[in-house]
Amino acid sequence: MTLFDKFLRIRELGIFSIIVVFVIVAAIIDPRFMTLDSWRAVFLAIPLILVMAMGQMMVIICRHVDISIGSILAFSAIVIGLLYIQFPGLSLWLSLIITAFVGLVMGLINGIIVTRFNVHSIIVTLGTLSLYRGLVFIVSGGRQIDRNDIPEHVVSFSQTSFLFSIPGILIFSAIIVVITHLVMRHSVLGREIYATGSNPVAAHLKGINVTKVTLFCFGICGMLAGVAGLFYASRFGYVNPGVTGVGIEFIVIAGVIIGGTSITGGSGSVLGTFLGILLLGIINVALPVLNIPGEFQKAIYGLIIVVALALDQLIIYRMKKLSGGINA
Amino acid sequence: MLKTISIYLNENPTLRYWIIRPEWVAVILLIISIISSIQLSPFFADLAFIMDSATPYVEYGLIAIILTLIIISGEIDLSIASMIALTAVIFGTAYNAGLGMPISMLIALFSGTLCGLFNGILVTQLQIPSIILTIGTLTLYRGIAQSLASDFSLGGYPSWFIGIDYRYIGIVPIPVIIFTVFAIVVGFFLSSTIYGKQLYLIGTNPQTAKYSGIKVDRIKLLLFTLSGLVCGIAGVLTTSRLAVARFNMATGAELEIVLMVMLGGTYIFGGRGNIFGTFIAFWIVVILRAGLNVARIKIESQLTILGAMLIIAIILTNYIYSKSQK
Repeated sequence: MTLFDKFLRIRELGIFSIIVVFVIVAAIIDPRFMTLDSWRAVFLAIPLILVMAMGQMMVIICRHVDISIGSILAFSAIVIGLLYIQFPGLSLWLSLIITAFVGLVMGLINGIIVTRFNVHSIIVTLGTLSLYRGLVFIVSGGRQIDRNDIPEHVVSFSQTSFLFSIPGILIFSAIIVVITHLVMRHSVLGREIYATGSNPVAAHLKGINVTKVTLFCFGICGMLAGVAGLFYASRFGYVNPGVTGVGIEFIVIAGVIIGGTSITGGSGSVLGTFLGILLLGIINVALPVLNIPGEFQKAIYGLIIVVALALDQLIIYRMKKLSGGINA
Repeated sequence: MLKTISIYLNENPTLRYWIIRPEWVAVILLIISIISSIQLSPFFADLAFIMDSATPYVEYGLIAIILTLIIISGEIDLSIASMIALTAVIFGTAYNAGLGMPISMLIALFSGTLCGLFNGILVTQLQIPSIILTIGTLTLYRGIAQSLASDFSLGGYPSWFIGIDYRYIGIVPIPVIIFTVFAIVVGFFLSSTIYGKQLYLIGTNPQTAKYSGIKVDRIKLLLFTLSGLVCGIAGVLTTSRLAVARFNMATGAELEIVLMVMLGGTYIFGGRGNIFGTFIAFWIVVILRAGLNVARIKIESQLTILGAMLIIAIILTNYIYSKSQK
């Protein structure tokens, strides 16, 4: 285990050095990148993805993948938007609870289908991805929630706060990241998630309720996607049934995987995921500064995912060889 | 009554094998969807109309047939929709660069093959699980298409090329004929050749297949490459039908393609399934879509029904296989 821990630390060091090199290169090419404005843009871009990535990381550590989170985000954003039209005075805390609950229910539906019928989670969530997206259109009637439908106190949540006027969503997502770290590293449940991911059969034999742990991961993943829906409404000031959250799941998965979370489950850390998302956020902001057209962004993200997957597999292969285990 | 039937079936395994099969679910669903669509609108019961509404799905159907083979051999390819878009965009770019129609088509097919080969090499050589790898290449290929075409529609093709869905033999549009012939050929390949049998063996137990001398990796590589090639064909067909190529065409098509395979009773864990089921499931999707359109249900709301059907199809197939395995 000590070797494994060391190993993880090296992994995070790897992505950290990539970030440092990238920032230095970007700063040399164009000093504008090092201004406060562009860093503000980086840290405004990541909370949304970071919050979803925490849930997705749990699910991936648990050997599953949830690709319906984009639609869950859109659904909870639409629900909260429609509520704002009816009750403009809805408080922030109440809307947080509502969006979290909506997301939790949708995540649990994914989890129940996956655990009850034992089907690969990607296929199930491919189905619910469309199902939830269809519900978004049915609930909203295809109508967009506009800027003036969203009350002022919600919009200001993503712009300022009582604490040095750091945006509220940034503080809130930082709290979620810290809580996730504590749960994953220092709680029994967190260790059970890792155990389930590294070997579900052994975890079951050890007396861990694998179904419950999997359900928990999917539930939390959905819940955080729901909360991200509120962030979306607050940050962008509109919710469009056809645009909101489309394709965001791939960005989140990209961030989690390049953060060193293994797709075969059982390993990964909050710090790594945070660094992965940070790298994506920096790339996102650096592209226009470096005069690379925005159209290339998706291709770059895709390339990053594939390279990270290949590296991950090479590392696993190496470890198996080192431990003298199975001939892969 | 039911009990006597089940006892009778248990005594006759051959009969049980033929009766408890997931393809019958597809056939029954097809009949139900035809009847309910006719109930929704009397104009629906028109063979020419059904044939016409089938043409947009032929491209998906072609890929669904290859995907059936891939899923039977225990892998999956989710980058199909992005490969359609990428090949279509490459085709459009090549033609607009003045390369002429035949060369552009060749380039499109070749690029599709390359994409499939890339998937296949990563899956077989690095042993990345295909379900997660193709999610990565899904983003990658769509991203390359977007980088190539930006937000433009690549058009300007000669008139003979445009509108393959408006050419008929009798009342049957040419794409439907292509699809049917393709389904028959692949179905024959799968059920009656040794290579087809090898696919089932690989899907049931890759380790055993390897030890019995089947070149598992080579066959999987070939299947992924073939999937890329068929996506290239589908890309050119789609461009002919729409007369333009855009980076965002066939967005979300993986849902419908996987739905076709799953509804056809192919087992998601590999080793079981056939082309007949996929062929029937293609018509279910066509009739469902046409019926919902006739019933004036919004395209976006139809997503709910398709997504729910995918989940129900998987659950039903798993249930039936768990019954027939006893």
